[in-house]
Amino acid sequence: MSTPPSPLWEVFIRARRGLNHVHAGSLHAADAETALRNARDVFTRRNEGVSIWVVPSSEITASSPDERDAFFDPAGDKVYRHPTFYDVPEGVEHL
Amino acid sequence: MEYVLGLADDALVTAQRMGWWISRAPELEEDVALANIGLDQLGQARSLLQHAGALEGDGRTEDDLAYWRDDRDFRCVHLVERPQTDFGVAMARLLILSAYQNELYAALLGSTDGVLSGVAGKAVKEVAYHLDHAHHWVVRLGDGTPESHARMQAALDAEWPFVEELFTPADPALVASGVAADPTALRGAVLDRIAKVVAEATLTLPEVAPRLGGGREGRHTEQLGYLLAEMQHLARSHPGARW
Repeated sequence: MSTPPSPLWEVFIRARRGLNHVHAGSLHAADAETALRNARDVFTRRNEGVSIWVVPSSEITASSPDERDAFFDPAGDKVYRHPTFYDVPEGVEHL
Repeated sequence: MEYVLGLADDALVTAQRMGWWISRAPELEEDVALANIGLDQLGQARSLLQHAGALEGDGRTEDDLAYWRDDRDFRCVHLVERPQTDFGVAMARLLILSAYQNELYAALLGSTDGVLSGVAGKAVKEVAYHLDHAHHWVVRLGDGTPESHARMQAALDAEWPFVEELFTPADPALVASGVAADPTALRGAVLDRIAKVVAEATLTLPEVAPRLGGGREGRHTEQLGYLLAEMQHLARSHPGARW
C-alpha cells in the first residue's frame, strides 16, 4: 500500500443502558464520523451495544510501564483502603 | 410470485456483488462494512425467496430458487448484476439501490401481504444504514481531491443509465390489491434523495439516456451468467450437500 493508513481510534461501547462504556478495541478511520460507522460495523455486529464512543488514540495519555512501581505498588499493602477492612458496629444504620 | 422474486433477486445479486469486496476494500474496516451490507441483503433475499417459494406452492425452497434457477428465470434489474470492481462504482450503485430500497420498503410496510410488510419492517432499518454508508462515501469522494471527484463522477455516469429500470411498473393487479408498492410512485422520492447527496458531493446528475431494461422479464446482461456460475457452482456440483 502506497497510502499511509488512516489515523487510529479507540472504541468504547456501552452494552446496555445503565452500564459504562467499556473499551472494545481500536480501528482505523479517516475522521470521527467514519470511525463511528466503522466501530458500528466492526464491533457491534452481534448486538453488543446501544451506544458507541470513539476517541483518537493520539489523544490518550497513558501511564508508562517504567512508572509502574511508583504508580501502583504503594497501593498494594494498604488493605485499610477497602471498605471491608472495617468492622461495622452493630446497630449502625444507613451505612 | 414474479413481484417477490424481483425484490428477492435484487437483494440476492447485490449480496453476491458485495461479497466480492471482502478482502479487496480500501481498509479492513470497509471490508467488514461491505460484508455486513451484503449479509443484510442476503437476509432480505432469503426471507423473500422463501416467501416466493410458498406463493408458488411447488415446494421449492429458498436454496432451490437461489441455486437452481438459470439467468432467464432471475428477475433482478440490470443495475445490480454488472460487476462493481471500482470502489466509486460500488458506492454510486449502493447509493442508488439503497435510496430505492429505502422508499420501497417504507411503502411495503403497509403491504396487505403480511410477509412482505414483515420483511419490510426489518429491512427498512438495514437499508437506511446502507444509504447512510453510501451517502458518506459519495460525499467524501465527490467533495474530495480532484482525482476522487473525477472518479466518483465517472462512477455515477456509469451507473446512471440503469436507474430508470428500477421504476418499471409492477403488475397493476398487485398494486391495486395493496400487495405491491407501485415502483413508478417511488421514483420522485428516490431521485430527490439521490439528487441531494449528489449536490452535497459537488457532483452533477448525469444526463444520459436510460438503457433498455428487461431484467424483471428475465432479459439480462451477460454478466449475470458469470455471477450465477460462480454463485451456484458449488451447490450444483454437490446437490443436497450440507455443511
